[in-house]
Amino acid sequence: MADISISKGIDSANVLGSSIQFTEDEPLRLDAGVDLAPWVLAYQTYGELNHDKSNAILICHALTGDQFVASSNPITGKPGWWPEMVGPGKPIDTSKYFVICSNVVGGCMGTTGPASLNPKTAKPYGLELPIITIRDMVRAQAKLVDHLGIDQLFCVAGGSMGGMQVLQWAVSFPERVFSCIPIAAAAKHSSQNIAFHEVGRQAIMADPDWKAGRYFEAGLQPTKGLSVARMAAHITYMSDEALQRKFGRKLQERSAPTFSFDADFQIESYLRHQGSTFVERFDANSYLYVTRAMDYFDLADDFEGSLVRAFAGTTTRFCLVSFSSDWLFPPSNSRTIVHALNAAGASVSYVEIETDKGHDAFLLDVPELIVTTQGFLNAAAHARGL
Amino acid sequence: MPLLMRVDSKHEPTKVDTMTTKTETSSGAHSKTRVDFLLIADMVEPQARVLDVGCGDGQLLKLLAETRNVDARGMELSQKGVNACVAKGLSVIQGDADVDLADYPDQCFDFVILSQTLQATRRPKEVVEHMLRIGRKAIVSFPNFGHWRIRLQIAFSGRMPVTENLSYAWYDTPNIHFCTIADFAALAEEIDANIIRAITLDRFGNRVGVNAPWWLWNLFGEQAVFVLEKRTASKTLQP
Repeated sequence: MADISISKGIDSANVLGSSIQFTEDEPLRLDAGVDLAPWVLAYQTYGELNHDKSNAILICHALTGDQFVASSNPITGKPGWWPEMVGPGKPIDTSKYFVICSNVVGGCMGTTGPASLNPKTAKPYGLELPIITIRDMVRAQAKLVDHLGIDQLFCVAGGSMGGMQVLQWAVSFPERVFSCIPIAAAAKHSSQNIAFHEVGRQAIMADPDWKAGRYFEAGLQPTKGLSVARMAAHITYMSDEALQRKFGRKLQERSAPTFSFDADFQIESYLRHQGSTFVERFDANSYLYVTRAMDYFDLADDFEGSLVRAFAGTTTRFCLVSFSSDWLFPPSNSRTIVHALNAAGASVSYVEIETDKGHDAFLLDVPELIVTTQGFLNAAAHARGL
Repeated sequence: MPLLMRVDSKHEPTKVDTMTTKTETSSGAHSKTRVDFLLIADMVEPQARVLDVGCGDGQLLKLLAETRNVDARGMELSQKGVNACVAKGLSVIQGDADVDLADYPDQCFDFVILSQTLQATRRPKEVVEHMLRIGRKAIVSFPNFGHWRIRLQIAFSGRMPVTENLSYAWYDTPNIHFCTIADFAALAEEIDANIIRAITLDRFGNRVGVNAPWWLWNLFGEQAVFVLEKRTASKTLQP
């Protein structure tokens, strides 16, 4: 385990919050078989690290998330993305725990990604950035945890792609994870998951403004393609029932269909809005890289396909949560993980929450999620002597 | 926990329960603990690995963790029950005894407990067989349908019995597989299990004579607690 002296990255702060600049001598070894160096990791922290450095909680963000989990996003001006879960008096209580959240490698909020300058060409990486994996993201976060001088994280928590990182943490660094909360997660991406991501990527690549990934130099943005990618993906985050409840067949500010291809229906208008606001805050190439990382994720890959072996001997306390109407990462995905954890003799709690809010439920106000995670964390804190 | 509910529970609809007793937990608070829980706790060895199937709000698991220092795990069908357990710091998963016991490996627990849940399972025989597969010992507590009051009700009213502890009408009961003490003893025989211990309690929570014959237990026992073990030594199975 690397200690703080090995990780000497230099701290800096700018509009995108805190970051560590890792030099040419501190490369990030990637699964693609190459070293990324120099590289930057952007992060935010909340609360105070205690004397024993035993109260740190790492939060892993989802596909389009960022490090601003509990503070206003400097690009959008919107409040932190997990207000129900993180903050004073919330389950991840910033008055009790030291909360860390970093932007993933391959992202576009300050951490090195395809929009960062390639030091070899002095131009944005574009597709010259090696493919990034969930394991690479976790390896990068481990460097941050080293940098902060923390041996063991009290908890690692996250939903969706964040949940994948949580699981990877528990498998890659079992002794550094006292407890973990993977929410609406899966041990691997399914064929259907990959299919939806491929639709998104092809939409981006089909946009003439994408320019084979070199749109920055042309002063362009493939906003049409990225917007369609977001629209398609957004459908998968919601359940049919929720869509029906929210929009049904209601018309958008009109009393009759226009007999045109305007956004007559509210759901069309909603999706177009989702797409157009997304392109203002997210880089199209980043979307390609981060979706690809999810596609390549298969936790059992390093263990001859056996999840049980992946978790063998773990002493981490697990709390898994899934949502009944989540068809993107359905409860059966979580149950597969729970069965493997049981077979490995791990300490595991699992709740399947009845809700019609779909995959996005982990970001929304779901009281059962709050009660479950709060109870689990309180008990874990007691066991950890916090 | 369809039959016997804690009478002091603030959250659950209160069911009449004549069989609770005052105990002191390590938290110092007086609370009523079901007599069958105390009996079961008495049968569990300290530091054992325990799975409570149908663990409800986790009262028994907490008692076992506090008084026997066991590695306590649970499975519960209701989300409310699981939430209550996880909030108590217990490792409990949401699952169905009829379906999810199959996913546990052989002999991974010292004790597998099924307390007042047997009669609500769809396939009680398979459930008990799985318990004996995944645990060294199985502890099963259940209400005795052979109790004289139940026999009298059927005999004289000609209607399905509804008693203080069996308070559901036939059409809305979750208890679909009632059995008598004699039935359960026969089941143990059929699935090749030894009865290591058996205790019955009358309606006041007192033990029915230890040396009494089976028929007497079957008549006066309102509740039974059995400890079973697979007859063919499980040593050949992987740990």
